[in-house]
Amino acid sequence: MNDFPSSTLILNAIFILSLVTASVGALIAVLSTRLIRSVCGLAICCLGLAGLYYFLHSPFLALMEILIYIGAVCVTIVFAVMLVEPDEPANDEKRKSALEWGGVMLVLTAGPFWALSRLALRSAWTEPDAAAKASGSISAIGIHLLTTYSMAFELISLALLVAIVGALAIARSGRTKP
Amino acid sequence: MNYPLYDELQVYLCMAALLLVIGIYGLVRRRTLIGMLISGELVFSAASLNLMAFNRFTVQDPAVGQIFVLFIMGLAAAEVAIGLSVMLAVYRNYRSITTKELTDLKG
Repeated sequence: MNDFPSSTLILNAIFILSLVTASVGALIAVLSTRLIRSVCGLAICCLGLAGLYYFLHSPFLALMEILIYIGAVCVTIVFAVMLVEPDEPANDEKRKSALEWGGVMLVLTAGPFWALSRLALRSAWTEPDAAAKASGSISAIGIHLLTTYSMAFELISLALLVAIVGALAIARSGRTKP
Repeated sequence: MNYPLYDELQVYLCMAALLLVIGIYGLVRRRTLIGMLISGELVFSAASLNLMAFNRFTVQDPAVGQIFVLFIMGLAAAEVAIGLSVMLAVYRNYRSITTKELTDLKG
């Protein structure tokens, strides 16, 4: 990796870009009042996350993140936004209760973030020795899926089937015949 | 600046904590069901990122965490399908998906 002079610099820049993309997308998803914008924010966040997965030595999951989250989940949510009313109602709470809620939110968000970051930064994570480390390539994933995790794999497919049938049943009932 | 930032476990963990916190904030603050669903997806993503970070840095066999995250993605897709059909049913009955008006069981 060091045959190119400033490769670390460029990689750092791309990494920070994907960090910023993920954070900004998540903030757009949470803070915007129009629902279609927050769906787009979720898509942007997933794009940044795909970059992070690529840096974590897993291009397969980066592709899957784009394929499933942006391609399936976001598009499904866009369909739901088109079918129901698109916008959040205007905020009608009083100023005092808004202030109280702001305090509660600050405790609810800043507290866990501080605790988790402190935990992540303070504890000593042990790395396994590099010689005994398995590869984690796509073929290794395939072998694991067909041997060790075949039962879980089948159960996931069953869960997806049940979800699809259940979604059809729930969305269909109550519909009047033309 | 020649220090490889992307090879640090702590950066990924703090990013996952940030995503989790943003997701919790959205879950509390949002007033429509779709907004809450989107925030729930953010929490899912935080969990996946955490698993992937530990999988890359501290685990002997890095294929296992990727399979876990794959399963999380599949379950998230199933959850979105079910959640959206529930929202359609709710909208059909109430003509609204704001959480303030879904108060039939409230005393």
